[in-house]
Order: sequence, then structure tokens, then C-alpha cells
Amino acid sequence: MTISCEKAALICNKTQYREATFMEKMKLKFHLLLCKNCPAFSKRNTKLTALCQKANLHSLTLEDKRKMKAVLKEGS
Amino acid sequence: MAAIQLKSSDQNGMQIVMSKSFTFEDDKNKMTEHVLNPEKWIDSYADYLFNYTIGRVNDVEVAKDLVQETFLAGLKSAKNYKGDAAERTWLIAILKRKVIDHYRKTNSKKGRAEVRMDYSARIDAQGDWLEEQVADPFSTFENNAIETQELGRAIHSCIAKLPKKQALVFTMKTIQDMDTETICNELDINPSNLWVMIHRARTALMGCLNQNWFQT
Repeated sequence: MTISCEKAALICNKTQYREATFMEKMKLKFHLLLCKNCPAFSKRNTKLTALCQKANLHSLTLEDKRKMKAVLKEGS
Repeated sequence: MAAIQLKSSDQNGMQIVMSKSFTFEDDKNKMTEHVLNPEKWIDSYADYLFNYTIGRVNDVEVAKDLVQETFLAGLKSAKNYKGDAAERTWLIAILKRKVIDHYRKTNSKKGRAEVRMDYSARIDAQGDWLEEQVADPFSTFENNAIETQELGRAIHSCIAKLPKKQALVFTMKTIQDMDTETICNELDINPSNLWVMIHRARTALMGCLNQNWFQT
């Protein structure tokens, strides 16, 4: 039942994107109870997710850039 | 250098001064040697220009258009590029004009000059009670908007410090909300590879934000 810290970090990252399975989440919870360092990591990781959501970030997608390149090619 | 000149009045000293000033000139020439290569513009600067714009116009579509226009304008006036500024600085200078033009255009439409004011945006307001409009001294609404914008800038500047591939994967996953599978297909990597990059990016970002956001 015990998992390594690396595995815990991976599950923690997956949790940030809601991609961890129920079993994985249980394993993570259990690990966080026993481990000394991982709770701090988990907390900061969650905080980062919250900040990214709060900032309402935007960015150019690969598709956008492709379109831009096409237009730029036409213009030259 | 002036100090050396004052102290050494003999010919030897003068020679030293002369040669020194020449190397200085050479350095200066090297520093100002900038060339444009438009093929690389979008890969190198599109993100930077877009982030710059989004902080100023607050509309994704408008920002995209402005960045595109900037690249086109840059291409058109590439022959006027004197090479005394770095490529990015030069593009930003064009972009600034574009942003100003954008606001000028939206403000110059007819009828905008006339100021219309409703006392209240609320439909359920009864009558024109000015008392209802007094600012709530405990409201944090305005500060929140500014803080959000600053936070966005802080995050973007931290992302810009990441290695290119990590930054790309992180943006696709976090900001564009793409599926792991789609990203893997698009970038031709496997999922465990992706999670390693996400992990590194997140760890770096936590450290960076800790320095730039929580401590200032």
C-alpha cells in the first residue's frame, strides 16, 4: 500500500488536472499522512493551481501560431 | 579613461589611451549589430508580444489581431530597421503604436464622445437614489481586479523563464486545458514524459512565484 515520494508527486500532479483515479487519490492521502515532506509539496502544488485559475490566463495556441505564420508568409 | 589621459602626458601614455578608445569603439559596433529574421519571429516573440498585449487590451481576439498586425507591419518596414535596437524591442515599439491606435479607433467612433451616464446599472434600483451608489469602503473588488492582472503578469514572466519545451507543455496543459492524450499526439511524446515535464515546470514555477509574488 505504501508508495514512494516520486509516485506520490506524480499522483499529486495528476490531481491538479483532475486526472488521478480514485485508487491513486487514496494512496496519495495515505502517503501524505505518513510522509514528512510531501504534505508541503502537495500544499504548494494546490496553491499553484489555485493561483493559475485565479489569474485567468490566456495564451496563443499552436493553431493560432500556425495561422499567424501563414498570414506572415503571404505578406512577405 | 579620462584619468589616464591626465596622468600620462608622454607619448607612450597617449598611445595607450588611443588603443583603449579604439577597442571601446569596436565593442560598441559589435553590440549594435542586430539583424532581423522574420521566419523566427512567431516562434520567438509571439508569446511575449501576446502577453504584453493582453495586459493592455483585455480581449483575446483583439490581442491576437494586434500581434498579427505588428508582425505584418514589422515585415513591411523591415528596410527601415537600423539595427540599433534588439529585434524584440523594435517589435514592442511597433506593438505599442498598434495598441494606441486600437484605443484611438474605438474611441473615435461617432457618438462615443457624448457621455451617457446611468445612475445605476442595477435593474431593481428604485428611483435615482445617489445614496445607493456610495462606494463600499470595505469592498476589495477593485483591488482584486488589479491584483489578478499583476498575478497574471508574474505567472507569465515565470513561465518565460522555463525551458522552452516545459513552458510549452505547461501552457498547453494548464492554460489551454488540453487533454494529456492530445498534447502527447501533438508534441510526439509519451505520457510519462509529459508528467515529468509538468512536474519540473510546476516545481520551478512554485519557486519562482514564491520569490516574485509572495515576497514582494
